[in-house]
Amino acid sequence: MVSVENPLIMNIIRGLIGVVAVILFLSLNVLFLTWLERKVIARIHVRYGPNRAGPYGLLQPIADMIKLLTKEDIVPEKADKLVYNLAPMAAFLFALMPAAAVGIGSGLIAADIGVGVLYIAAVSSLSTLAILMAAWGSNNKYSLLGGMRTAAQSLSYEIPLVLSMIGIVAIVGSLSTQDIVAAQSQAWFGIIPKWFIFYQPLAFIVFFAAVVAEMGRIPFDLPESESELVAGFHTEYSGMKFAMFMFAEYIHFVVGSALVVTLFLGGWHLPIISPLVENLGWIKYIVQAGIFVAKMYVIIFTLMWVRGTLTRTKVDHVLSFGWKGLLPLALANVVITGVVLSI
Amino acid sequence: MSVGEQYITIALFVIVGAIFPVLTIFVASLLRKPRTPEPQKYLTYECSVLPFGPAWVQHNVEYYMYALLFVIFDVETVFLYPWAMTYRSFGLFATVEVIIFIAVLALGLAYAWKKGALEWMRGWR
Repeated sequence: MVSVENPLIMNIIRGLIGVVAVILFLSLNVLFLTWLERKVIARIHVRYGPNRAGPYGLLQPIADMIKLLTKEDIVPEKADKLVYNLAPMAAFLFALMPAAAVGIGSGLIAADIGVGVLYIAAVSSLSTLAILMAAWGSNNKYSLLGGMRTAAQSLSYEIPLVLSMIGIVAIVGSLSTQDIVAAQSQAWFGIIPKWFIFYQPLAFIVFFAAVVAEMGRIPFDLPESESELVAGFHTEYSGMKFAMFMFAEYIHFVVGSALVVTLFLGGWHLPIISPLVENLGWIKYIVQAGIFVAKMYVIIFTLMWVRGTLTRTKVDHVLSFGWKGLLPLALANVVITGVVLSI
Repeated sequence: MSVGEQYITIALFVIVGAIFPVLTIFVASLLRKPRTPEPQKYLTYECSVLPFGPAWVQHNVEYYMYALLFVIFDVETVFLYPWAMTYRSFGLFATVEVIIFIAVLALGLAYAWKKGALEWMRGWR
């Protein structure tokens, strides 16, 4: 009989609670997002959007899920079966991994590893691998083209993404997402928050553009530009395997927005309200998580708005924007931050 | 939990993240589904025409140019993070060093730019 006091067992139990909590949080948000995205885009297009299943069509995600669960799973006979079947699983795994180091409240984090930001940057680039696996395994021209484009795009935007975080890391002196948010807790005159968007406006622009490209959303949705590549890398997938790709994509959406909030928008801090709940025990955590999720949805809504407004960019423009626009800006931001901090 | 012990959670994330989709797809495969096997269904999709030639063909080298540049600049960022963490203890000296480092790499970027490595499909123009 293993003692409950065994620290390893305790750590594993705590870790498992973290994993389950993160998957639950992501699943609920993803379900809600699939509805919200369709509704918001519909309203922008002056349509109604889903409005049959439940009030305001809120049960639509459930209906979609049942449909995907009961759909026939087709594997093309010419596909590389092993790679084809592994790709959706890899997509989910690599989408889930960065979420481990993103917290939604002080202490409300699954794994507060010291190298948080660097870990997120490292594992988030792995999802390119899953997309390439799907692209190659499908043995389909559209998939392969989409996968190749994705590889070129996410490689190009990975660098500005990582470089734009250096300024913040230099200011905070820590890579942990908890420390980065804690550094933004103060406010000038108690009203104007000391968020890093005000300290690092250039980095914010670069990071925001890069994170949208990493998510593969409009205006950078070349991986699955449906008008030219059918559906890009997941053309051949159906049923639950397709669902895994969609799940992974929306997890990227949630985690990317959460990262923007964590790094630039003060995380779970809000002037006036945050100091009030500081000593209220468990209410503090609920308020913090609420503030964080609210900010996250502001970013998410902005991105949906962008999707409803802008068109897709051409592949050559996307790549030259990354290399000739964002990369020099990100490098300049590092130099400026270094000079300002050293003086 | 100490910082080192947090990695147990990361390991659990990998394990659960690997098992979860396998389980979901397995459970979904147990459900009763319409099964109407037709040979056409398992053909590669190509906008309703019969697949024309294989998809695994030689691919444009343009994509690999970006991969090469990526390696260079990604290694650069890895060098910049230690500086960002410790610039306080080294002060101005380290900052000057880093600016020289970035200048050298910016020169490399300018060279690649000039040579047209950042142009898409340059061989086709």
